[in-house]
Formats: sequence, structure tokens, C-alpha cells
Amino acid sequence: MSIFNLIRLALLALQRNKLRAFLTMLGIIIGVAAVIAMVAIGQGSKESIQSQLGNMGSNMITIMPASNVAGGARLEGSSVQTLTVADVDALKKRATLLSAVSPVSSSRGQAISGALNWPTQLQGGNTDYFDIRKLTLQDGILYSESDVASAAKVCLLGKTVVDNLFPSGENPIGKVIRFNKIPLQVIGTLAPKGVSSFGQDQDDIIVAPYTTIQKRVLATTYLQNILASAVSEDASDAAVDQITSVLRETHRLRATDENNFQVRTMAELIKTLSSTSSLLTILLTAIAGISLVIGGIGIMNIMYVSVTERTREIGLRMSIGARGIDILLQFLVEAIIISITGGLIGVVLGITASEVITLTLGWPTLVSRSSIILSFMVCALTGVFFGYYPAQKASRLDPIEALRYE
Amino acid sequence: MTKKILEIDNIKREFRMGTEIVRALKGINFTVTAGEFVTIMGSSGSGKTTLLNILGCLDKPTSGTYILDGTNVGNQSRNDLARVRNLKIGFVFQAYNLLPRTSALENVELPLFYNKAIGTQERREKAIKALEAVKLAERLDHTPSQLSGGQQQRVAIARALVNEPVMILADEATGNLDTRTSYEIMALMQELNQQGKTIVFVTHEPDIASFSSRTIMLRDGRVQKDYFNENVRSAKEALAALPVTDDY
Repeated sequence: MSIFNLIRLALLALQRNKLRAFLTMLGIIIGVAAVIAMVAIGQGSKESIQSQLGNMGSNMITIMPASNVAGGARLEGSSVQTLTVADVDALKKRATLLSAVSPVSSSRGQAISGALNWPTQLQGGNTDYFDIRKLTLQDGILYSESDVASAAKVCLLGKTVVDNLFPSGENPIGKVIRFNKIPLQVIGTLAPKGVSSFGQDQDDIIVAPYTTIQKRVLATTYLQNILASAVSEDASDAAVDQITSVLRETHRLRATDENNFQVRTMAELIKTLSSTSSLLTILLTAIAGISLVIGGIGIMNIMYVSVTERTREIGLRMSIGARGIDILLQFLVEAIIISITGGLIGVVLGITASEVITLTLGWPTLVSRSSIILSFMVCALTGVFFGYYPAQKASRLDPIEALRYE
Repeated sequence: MTKKILEIDNIKREFRMGTEIVRALKGINFTVTAGEFVTIMGSSGSGKTTLLNILGCLDKPTSGTYILDGTNVGNQSRNDLARVRNLKIGFVFQAYNLLPRTSALENVELPLFYNKAIGTQERREKAIKALEAVKLAERLDHTPSQLSGGQQQRVAIARALVNEPVMILADEATGNLDTRTSYEIMALMQELNQQGKTIVFVTHEPDIASFSSRTIMLRDGRVQKDYFNENVRSAKEALAALPVTDDY
């Protein structure tokens, strides 16, 4: 029998039991749709983490004070004051792989404007700070070199701070707010960046020159950390080595001493987070894959029923000249049509489900072509695999007994 | 000399039922030439079903040779037997065995699907011709459930004819039908026989056997009687002689 006739025959057989064919397909439909949607969620979160981190500055290198030993006791990193402006100057001069270096000073505190107040983070660096952190101006101006030099009492507000201190929508620029009793004049607002992949509101921030924070708020000469930008993402590893050697020298560490600072790159962070979401993708895919196998077992079950039910038909076909292989192909094609049709519907449903998830839950999804091809091929194989045994059973029937079967 | 269609030489068939051996056929011999209308008769247990299965190439004899239209069937593989059934034998069953929810035309086309030499166009033409031969030309698109028993059996006969087999093998083909319809079917069989078709008809009704040109009686796995019918009844005349009743 030609392949065209086989397909026609299978379609006729399925048409006779539309509801049953559909229910059998449902297993495959759900399996394939689940695989595609799950992979889309996994891939989407991976992609969004990467783009968000890129947004934060993928070349960004953070230098933090490391735990230090004082009188035999190891101290927590943040309580140690090892980074100074001198370090920044040394890096600027000698670390050739860095395009920008900024000291960072920060403090948590209460921002007050008129009757309203808001707990937030005051943070700042030099004029390169905006560039490294990829902060952009919404309105007003950035602070200048001379503001940094003179520790001017100026600041820029993030969107969340603006919303909480100026809820009625008045223009905050030119207004004076207070941060822990220090009056600061608002000279600009920052473009919103949204929530970071760690769940942190990146707009809940006030930016001021680091000198202002150091001298007027914290009254210290040390830095919380130093931010730098590598000339490119590829150069960031080499830049880390350069920073380490420069800082070991300025900190006068002997060869046997531990570093009293640590250097972190964004690339490391991206790798860590991506591996987490890769694991998530694998897990979700495995679960979805199991449902595909269950769908396949459904096909096998129904094909067995179908073979039993049509025993007389098989007997008749054999008596008028069908060979075993003809019967085998007839049932196999039927199983494959069920699984492929189910697969196609599943692909459409999976893509739709991904879109719906993005629209309603706001989760990022990314339907990858490989997941579509893979799940489609798996379900076609499922049809062959689970359809083969019932089809083989049919082809091995004894025509005499099949004809007499009641 | 007329062509020999069936040559049966000392055919035996034994079944193993547990430890016992049941000998269903104990050595059967006969020859059927082209154009004969043979009925095989016998009570139940006489071995006629076993013989029918062997004649239909659905089963193989334990010993003995069976030559169908010059081909020794005994040493053929399963697939070769399927081909022999397809090309040389037209089956007609007691229960018609038509595919449900499938049109008469498609039912008749069925054997041609398994014959690679025939294309779509030719298949359709042959099926229509076969249905015309059984006088069902105007019911091509009817499904079995829309046809009467006699009409269904005629579709089954058309299906048996469509591949132009050397022999039509009927198994109690009138068993499910009333007398009038049985006679109609027999009239059709006689007509086909007059056109030169060889027919082997298995039945247990002597009435039906009287329409054939030759009768082979089986008993306990042996041929008890094998005789040519001196005066073959005409099914057409028998049909005309039936009292006309209008109770159906």
C-alpha cells in the first residue's frame, strides 16, 4: 500500500473515533506544550538575568574590603576599612585595562522632604560613577568635578525616592531635602531602572558625590568599595589581576599576606546565576518530558484497544491479501499521525501558553527554536516507539482466528 | 483439456490439542477444473472449515500437496501466501465482513490497495465494474449500514470479483440470509459461473448444493461422496417459483 493510501486509511480510522483520538492526543498535546512552555520560562529567566546584569554594567568590577585579621580575630569585610582614595588614584594611574574607576561611599538613612520621609540608600562616587553603574539622567544635571572636589551638598534622586518624597508630582529639582539632617539640594532625577534580578529596587537610591557622603554624612576617610569598568568584557579577567597587583602594592602586603580586599566581576555573577537557571531549565524539562512519556503510554494503550477492536477487520484484510507489513504500517501510521498531530497542536499551545504567562504573570519567556524541534521530534519518536508493539501484535495475528473473532 | 484450478493430493491436517493429536483431514484428493461450480458439504466436525482454510491459503496442510492455478502453495512464505490470496482467491464470508462506515465502493476497492500493479484510476474503474456486475451500480456511496443483508453480500461478492481471481471461495455465503435472498445470491453465483468463474462454495444446506454442478461431501476428514449434478437447478427459476408473499 502506498504511503498516501496508508495516511488516508489512518485518517479514516481516526475519524471514526474522533473523541477517542482527541483524548489520546491530549496526552501528547499537554506533554509537548509543557516542554515548550517550561523551557521558555527557563530560557526567559536566563535571558532576562543576563540582560539585567548587562544593564547594570557587564564590564563592572567591584573591589571590596576583605576580612582582615585584627589581634587574631577575623573581622567581617564590611567593618574593615582598607580602601582609600589613594587606592583609586593608584588604579587610575597604573591599571591600564580599566576605562573608569570610581570610589564609592554609601550610607543608609532617612530622607526627609517637608512632612514626608523615606528610608533609603545614599550612594555616590566621582563623575565616572554614573557611567560605570549605567545610570542615566532623567531630568536636571549631574554633579560636576568641582561638586566632588568641594563636597557640595547636591544630590540626584531615583524614581522611588521621588515618588515617596514628592507624591503630588511637583518637580523636585531645586528643592532641598535632608538626609540624616544634612540638607542636600536636588539637582537632577535618574531614569528608572526597575527591579534587579535579585529583587532589589534599583530606583530606591539617592546619588551624591562620594566626598559629600564621606565628609558630611559618615565623617570618615575610608571607602565602602571601589567600582571600576574594564575596557571590555573579555578584558575583565586580566583587569582583575592588574587591580590585585596594584592594590597589593599600595597596601604594602608581603608575599605571604592574604589580600585584604576582594575583586568581583559581573561576569562571575552572570555565570553563577545562569547556571542556576540552567538547572531550573533542566528540571522543568525533565518534568515535562515525563508527561510526554505518559502521553506515549496513552497512545500505546489506545492502539492496543484499537487492534483488539478491529481484529476482524485485520483478519479480513489479511484474507484479501494484506501482508503482515501492510497491517503493521497501517497501525504504525495511525499512531504516528496521533502523535504528530498532537505534537503540532502542542507546539502551538506551548507557544500560546508562553505568551499568556508573559502577559498575565509578567514572567519573561523565550520560546527557543531548539525546544520546538526537539519536543516535536521526541513526540514523533514516541509515536513510533509506543505504536510499534501494538502494530506488531496486529501484524502477527493469525488470519483464521482473527476472522472468527467475536 | 480444460485447465486445472485446484489439485488436491492426499492432504492431511493435524492439530495438536495439548497431548492429543486431532486429525481433522485424513487424506483428501480431488481436482477442480476451470469453470466448475463446486459445493463442499458436510456436517459440523467433518473438516470442511479446515479444508476451506487450506483452500483459501490461510492455513497450510500438515502433509500432501495443494496446487492452486499451477502454483504449489505448500512451500510458500507468509507474505507469498498473502499475495496468492490477493491475486488468485476471492473470499465471500457468511458475515459479509465489510468495513463499517465505509462506502460500498471503497469496500470493493480494498483488495486492489494491496495490489501494487493497480493505480488509483484503474482501481476505481475496476471497483465500479465489479459493483455493476452484482447490480449495485447505483449504490456506490452507501455504507453497509444503509444496505440490506443481500445487498451487503453482493458488495462482498463484488469485492471478491474485483481482482479477477481464478477462484471464488464462499464460506456459508447464504447462511445469514432468508430463502429468497439466498436464491438471489445463488442466481448471481450461477450467472458468474456461466461467465466462466470457478466457484467453490462451502455449505451445509443440500438445497444450496442443488444449484451447483458438482458436490463434494466430507465426513470425518475424508471425501465421502464426490458427484456431478445431473440436473442443475436454476436459481432464477427457483426464485420465480417462490410464492409471492407480502409479509415483509
